[in-house]
Amino acid sequence: MNEFLQQIVNGIAWGSIYALIALGYTMVYGVLRLINFAHGDVYMIGAMVAYYAARALLAPETSSAAAFFALLALSMVSCGALGFLIERLAYRPLRRAPKLTALITAIGVSLLLENGGQLVFGPDPKFFPQLLETHELFPGSGIVVTNVQLLVLAVSLTLMVGLQILVFRTRVGTALRAVSYSAEAASLMGIDVDRVISLTFVLGSMLAGAAGVLVGLSNPKIEPLMGIMPGLKAFVAAVVGGIGNIPGAMAGGILMGLSEVLVVGYVSSTYRDAIAFVILIVVLLVRPSGLFGASLQEKV
Amino acid sequence: MARRLALLVAALLVAASLGACKSNPTDEIVIGEFASLTGGTATFGRSSDAGVQLAVNEINAAGGLLGKKVRVVVEDDQSKPEEARTSVLKLLKQDEVVAVLGEVASSRSLAAAPECQRAGVPMISPASTNPKVTAVGEYIFRVCFIDPFQGSTMARFAAETLHAKSAAILRDVKNDYSVGLADFFRDEFTRHGGKILTDVSYSEGDIDFKAQLTAIRGVRPDVVFVPGYYTEVGLIARQARELGITVPLLGGDGWDSPRTVEIGGAAANGCYFSNHYAADDPNPVVQSFIQKFRQKYSEIPDAMAVLGYDATQVLADAIRRAGATDGRRLRDAIATTKDFPGVSGKITIDDERNARKSIVVLKIDDGKVKFFSKVEP
Repeated sequence: MNEFLQQIVNGIAWGSIYALIALGYTMVYGVLRLINFAHGDVYMIGAMVAYYAARALLAPETSSAAAFFALLALSMVSCGALGFLIERLAYRPLRRAPKLTALITAIGVSLLLENGGQLVFGPDPKFFPQLLETHELFPGSGIVVTNVQLLVLAVSLTLMVGLQILVFRTRVGTALRAVSYSAEAASLMGIDVDRVISLTFVLGSMLAGAAGVLVGLSNPKIEPLMGIMPGLKAFVAAVVGGIGNIPGAMAGGILMGLSEVLVVGYVSSTYRDAIAFVILIVVLLVRPSGLFGASLQEKV
Repeated sequence: MARRLALLVAALLVAASLGACKSNPTDEIVIGEFASLTGGTATFGRSSDAGVQLAVNEINAAGGLLGKKVRVVVEDDQSKPEEARTSVLKLLKQDEVVAVLGEVASSRSLAAAPECQRAGVPMISPASTNPKVTAVGEYIFRVCFIDPFQGSTMARFAAETLHAKSAAILRDVKNDYSVGLADFFRDEFTRHGGKILTDVSYSEGDIDFKAQLTAIRGVRPDVVFVPGYYTEVGLIARQARELGITVPLLGGDGWDSPRTVEIGGAAANGCYFSNHYAADDPNPVVQSFIQKFRQKYSEIPDAMAVLGYDATQVLADAIRRAGATDGRRLRDAIATTKDFPGVSGKITIDDERNARKSIVVLKIDDGKVKFFSKVEP
């Protein structure tokens, strides 16, 4: 029983990373009907930015929460800027083009970031500095929850709740939701659609950057291709939760993390990646609009 | 007009393809080397290359081989087996090397060996320990021990020295070396009366092992055998300690890298692994090599560097004895290497084209790798 609970803890910690990345996918899809395949690589850039900043600005062996939060903020801002740039340069010119063109461009941006990253950062894995001393939080309970895991969970939840408040309780959020229903109608209502779309990308990329730093902290090996698998799995998470649906993306992310950890712990680690795609196929067959997605009815 | 253009293009293509056939100047002996200079196991390639280059410099400084200078062409296989094969094909076909040195990782040696065998060019692996490598054919050699010896040594070490009655295995399922070594450990450990409580796996490149380690923690083994490569081993050690697994972790020569302690940190203390050489070995041959190496590279060599050096010296010795560099004669000379004084020990190539050498068990203590014991073959 202890083991099972421990696996649950592992799964939720891991899943909250997927949730953060999935939020970016789901928001961009909701607003633009575009699957931004480059999103997983923004997560990688977030980790790399924090790594190089830590190397340049911090003394080695620094261990402080303040340093961590400063790096987190720096990464989030850098990735937000990156997201803004990607939207401006790669997707905005294709706003009127067929969806397929934008999709292929997204793949192109992804390849650019991955291979550019290999060139700029070098293909060797790098080891994130240990910014926080890891220690167990409830010793003796039989279940190990480390302070780092709790931090990952807490930061993820805070960001997700923050996003929810932004999207559902502010004017900006209302504008965002309006654009996702109908860009044309929204612009007729006086909403600057371009700015809203840029904001969506910036927000999503900031969350991906945060995920990158959190992963660097808890699983310290980072490399330019680290975004491929998590990006794909987060995309699956967004689809499973109902693409375009924010709480759905969060739930989908946690579900992905749990299923991965349980499969590796109880079946075999060879199916670690496979399980995500099996779930995708099953969901698409059984409930294509996702767990939380509204089933769209065709009105004739 | 179109006809003339087509003829011109055809002529240019023929000229270009003829130009691409290099012929090596006959005042040089060209040796090929393929190593993982970049990628997940970059220190393996960089170390073995450092050893090779040191040896080649020494050989050339002493006048070269058969009156000719030696030139090494190095190809980076990026720690990928497919790239290993491509690199070796390039060395064989384009650079027309007389022999190939490589690789450290058994998976990559296995990918490249069939090509060398097919081309009739001898290949000497410095550190691949999976028995399947030399089984590919009579042109494939190695200057290190093989995994049946390594796996059983660690099993006996666990049972007899650490008095472990039970063990858990965490193997890298994508890695021929890891899978083979885990099986040999398992066989010998059970033969000594030990019980393997669980045998779980991960894939090279994974960064999260908490799920497997939680399963291992649940069965409470006396030791955990982790026959993987240093990158994952470091992370596994960390996560194991985080989960509260306090028993020693054991491993093989795949642990040998300065990065293991760097990545694992304090979590790596109290762990043991088998290796080809120990840096604190008082043997004067070893110490003088370490001196030479430090002078050139300002760091202490690891086993891959030592073996890269030994492999090159064995090849050079074979070239001298054969008096030639053609495949068949060179192969025969390598096969009859007897008691060659290598830094990692006396190297005698046996009938299976492996070397019978002793193993050292090293312990990681206080952030340093220290000699613990030696086992003769």
